[in-house]
Amino acid sequence: MRNLTQEILELIRRTSTDLPNDVETRLRAAVEKEAPGSAARGALETIVKNIELSRKNSTPLCQDTGTPIFYVHYPEGMSTRALKKQIREAMAEATRRSYMRPNAVDAIYDKNSGNNLGGDEFPYIHFDEVDADQPLTIELMLKGGGCENVGIQYSLPNSQLGAGRDLKGVRKVVLDAVQKAQGQGCAPGILGVAIGGDRGSSYYASKEVLFSKMGTRNEDPQLAELEERLTDEANQMGIGPMGFGGETTVLDTKITGLHRLPASYFVSVSYMCWAYRRRKMTVSGEEVIYD
Amino acid sequence: MREITIPISDETIRSLKVGEPVTLTGVMMTGRDAVHKWMIDTFIKQTRQPQGDDLEVYAAIKPLLDHGVIYHCGPVVAGLDTKEYKFVAAGPTTSIREEPYQADVMKHFNARGVIGKGGMGPKTLAGCQEVPFVYFHAIGGAASYIAQSVQKVLGVYKLDFGVPEAMWVIEVKEFPVVVTMDSHGGSQHAVIDEKSRKVFEELLAKA
Repeated sequence: MRNLTQEILELIRRTSTDLPNDVETRLRAAVEKEAPGSAARGALETIVKNIELSRKNSTPLCQDTGTPIFYVHYPEGMSTRALKKQIREAMAEATRRSYMRPNAVDAIYDKNSGNNLGGDEFPYIHFDEVDADQPLTIELMLKGGGCENVGIQYSLPNSQLGAGRDLKGVRKVVLDAVQKAQGQGCAPGILGVAIGGDRGSSYYASKEVLFSKMGTRNEDPQLAELEERLTDEANQMGIGPMGFGGETTVLDTKITGLHRLPASYFVSVSYMCWAYRRRKMTVSGEEVIYD
Repeated sequence: MREITIPISDETIRSLKVGEPVTLTGVMMTGRDAVHKWMIDTFIKQTRQPQGDDLEVYAAIKPLLDHGVIYHCGPVVAGLDTKEYKFVAAGPTTSIREEPYQADVMKHFNARGVIGKGGMGPKTLAGCQEVPFVYFHAIGGAASYIAQSVQKVLGVYKLDFGVPEAMWVIEVKEFPVVVTMDSHGGSQHAVIDEKSRKVFEELLAKA
C-alpha cells in the first residue's frame, strides 16, 4: 500500500488554512446584509480579510484548530491500521509545522501531549469500507472548542419549552439552542441537527451531517422545509455575527434522522462556527484530488 | 478609530463606552482557563501552596498586569524548538468560562482590560464598575488577521501548562477590538440576550 502521509499532511494544511469556497461565498454575501458602519458588518469584513490572509500565508484560519474528525472510506482490502498510522504521523507533522495547534490535553492529568495525538480517540478517525474498485476518500473536519461547547442535546418531551416528540418540538429546541448560544459559538454558525439515535450516535450524526455542502437540503421535503425555516427563524432573533446584533446568526441548517428506541427521543444540535473547516481528498491510483 | 495605549489609565477606562471600536497598542499577556485557575487557587483564594516557579512568575506578571490587559487567547506559536517565538494565529477564545474568576483576578492584579470573545456575565460586569476595567471583544476566529498586530513575543511563563494555556507576553500594535462591556454597567451582551429572548418567546408561541 502506498504511503499517503505527505498527501494527508496537505489535506490537514488545506483544511486548517483555507475555507471551502461554498462557505466563503456565504460569508461574503452576509457582509452585504449588514448596515454600513455596524459592528456586525465590521466583524464580517474582518472575517473575510482573515480568510484571504490565511489562504495567502498558509496560516491557521483560527488558532483553535479544533478536534480533528476524519471520515475515511477505504476500498475493501486496504489496511485501516496503516491508514491510521499515516493519519497520525501527518497530524504530528502538521502540528510541528504550525498548521495545527497542539490541542490534545489529557483530561485527568491536564497535560498537553504537544503533538495533537492523545490516546486512541485523538484525532477521531471513522472508517467505512467501500467496494474494492472505489477510490479511497478521506474527509477532514476541524471543529473548534468554542462552538463545540455550545452544542447541546435535548431529550423530548421538554415541558419547559413545550416541545413534544415531533418536528414541531424539534423546531422549538433547536431555536432554544441558538438563543442560548448567543455569539459564543462564533456566529454566524451552521447547525447540524440529528433527531433520534442514542445519546452517542445522535451527537455523531449531528456532526456527520456537517460534511455536506452549504445549501444541501435533506431529501425528505418536510425536513428540508424545517431546515429552511430554522435558518430563517434563527436569524429573526437578531443575535448577529459574534453576537454583536445583526441580520445573520445562522448561515445554514442541516438535519438528519436516525432510528431511536421507543423510550428515547433525542435531538442533538452541533453548532459549527463560521470557520467551517472541512476538506476532502480522493485517491484513485496515483492521482490525489483535493476538493 | 481611537487608539488606546497600554498601560491604560482609569480616566481612559471610564471614558470607554459600549459599542466603541478601538485599537490597543502596548504590552499585554495571554491567559485563559489554566492561568485563571492557577491565579485564583494559588494567590487569591490561596487553597494551594505555591510550588516550583510560582512565586517568581507571580512577581514577574504583577507589574505587567498593573493597569494592563489580559487576553483570552491560546495561540498557535512557531519557533518552539529555537525559542524564537512567533505568533502565527492568535484569535480570542470564549471568555465566559472565566466568569467565576475574572472580576477577582482583575481586582487582585489591578488590571484594566480583558480581551476575549462572546462576552461575560453579571459578576464580571459588576467588577468592571468596581475595579474599574472594560471588556474588549475581538473577532473570534480571525486568528491570522489578529496575529499580524502582534509585533513581538517578549516571553512566556508556565509553558508547562501547554502552548495554548501558557502566559505569553506580547507587544501589540493597533490590535482591533470593540468595547462590549464598559465600566458604567453597560453590556452589549445583556442587551442582545434580552432582545433575542423576546423574539424567541414569540417564535415559541407560533405553531
